[in-house]
Amino acid sequence: MILIIAHKELRTLFASPLAWTLLALMQLVLAWIFLGRLDTFLEMQSQLVQISNPPGVTEIIVAPLFATTAVVLLIATPLLTMRLIAEERRNHTMIFLISAPISMTDIVLGKFLGLMIFFSVEISLVVALSISLLSGSMLDFGLLLSNIAGLFLIAACFASLGLYMSCLTAQPSIAAAGALGALLVLWAVDITTNNIDSIAQDFSLLKHYENFNRGIIDTFDIAYFVLFTLTFLVLSIRRLDGERIRG
Amino acid sequence: MTEKDSILTISAHSLRRDFGTYTAVREINLELKRGEVLGFLGPNGAGKTTTMRMLTGNLAPSSGSVEICGIDLLDKPRNAKIHIGYLPETPPLYQELTVNEYLRLAAKLHRVSSIKIYSALDEVKLHCGLKDTGKHLIGSLSKGYKQRVGIAQAIIHDPDVIILDEPTIGLDPNQMREILSLIRELGTKHSVILSTHILPEVESVCDRVQIIHQGKTVFNDTLFGLKQKGISLEEMFAQLTLNNETLVNL
Repeated sequence: MILIIAHKELRTLFASPLAWTLLALMQLVLAWIFLGRLDTFLEMQSQLVQISNPPGVTEIIVAPLFATTAVVLLIATPLLTMRLIAEERRNHTMIFLISAPISMTDIVLGKFLGLMIFFSVEISLVVALSISLLSGSMLDFGLLLSNIAGLFLIAACFASLGLYMSCLTAQPSIAAAGALGALLVLWAVDITTNNIDSIAQDFSLLKHYENFNRGIIDTFDIAYFVLFTLTFLVLSIRRLDGERIRG
Repeated sequence: MTEKDSILTISAHSLRRDFGTYTAVREINLELKRGEVLGFLGPNGAGKTTTMRMLTGNLAPSSGSVEICGIDLLDKPRNAKIHIGYLPETPPLYQELTVNEYLRLAAKLHRVSSIKIYSALDEVKLHCGLKDTGKHLIGSLSKGYKQRVGIAQAIIHDPDVIILDEPTIGLDPNQMREILSLIRELGTKHSVILSTHILPEVESVCDRVQIIHQGKTVFNDTLFGLKQKGISLEEMFAQLTLNNETLVNL
């Protein structure tokens, strides 16, 4: 049942120009940044040779590329998540799903899965950009994998938060604004503090993503992302179930 | 399971629904046998749609119980909902899907096995006059056709109970006649609840009429019984719902 909902989500997503436009624009921006980094690398190359143990292409081109991708996804996610539940409500199609013999959990997980498949497409495009470097250089695959894992986990966080925001309203634009606001706050929650041990640091999405970006896979970061995603998925399910009772 | 239960497809007892301090449905009992078409009537705001939302699991009742084919809707919603087909007031359509895609989705969600989907799809399109529109986008269809797609999604999984909320709205007279004969046909094998404001429609297809007013059942009898009393449905409706003073205790 989850797969049927996910399939339906992808079908309706790709039937609209939104998905294609987003993919194209994101790729354009990322390719531009990729080229910029490549240029920097080529300029620096002569100096790099003189350092012992110099950073490679993966550190100089791929890691910053992934860091930017996370920001681009942060901005794009609200556009994708706002329709998930809010638009179903507005078009009176939520009744269609609720009347079917499936649970709210199926609906929420199906929608989440559909979105994650879309994100996987986007991530694979970024990976393709990075892999293209293989034609003229070596890649640090460990660092690349750590970046992919980090991007995937942070995309899951964005998706679950956006999905929850979409559950709260029948207006897609409010869902989008809410998701963007909440994500930006979480992204930069540590900006007010310089103290490294501050609790705000632990709540910042960016801080946890930075570790993956540098090639450090820490269980604390993984736990944070997984718990974050689960929390908002459970909240979404509870919210929709509660609606049946409150009316 | 007693014999009575196996004949009854819907049995709802003392349904009540409050929205804050406002009570939309006060006390409604509803029973429906297989092969029966029930006309569910009432003035605007009487609580028809609220009742139907409760019968289809879209809204939890404040108190009362609903059983669909002997399965408790509140305890085992997923098992009970397989037996229900529901067309809400506004047909729940995805404008960006084609008719075929949408109906296949409806069938899959109602657990129609993948072998049966194609025959079910053909059959339902034939029934609802959608033969040539399979590849059209739903968004490009006229209102009447959208309404037909809405009915098609409610019956594609061959449910025991079909609940239609004003299904003939926006149809031309020919389509209306077709849909009514479709409902009559469905009523021979299934149970149908038909909510509408068009009384001649009720007289032509329904076996029994239940009129609700201010969240309570004020009339519940067969059309045959009504005819024997020599009162027309319209008179009855007006008498029961127009002003409360003339309301007789039934």
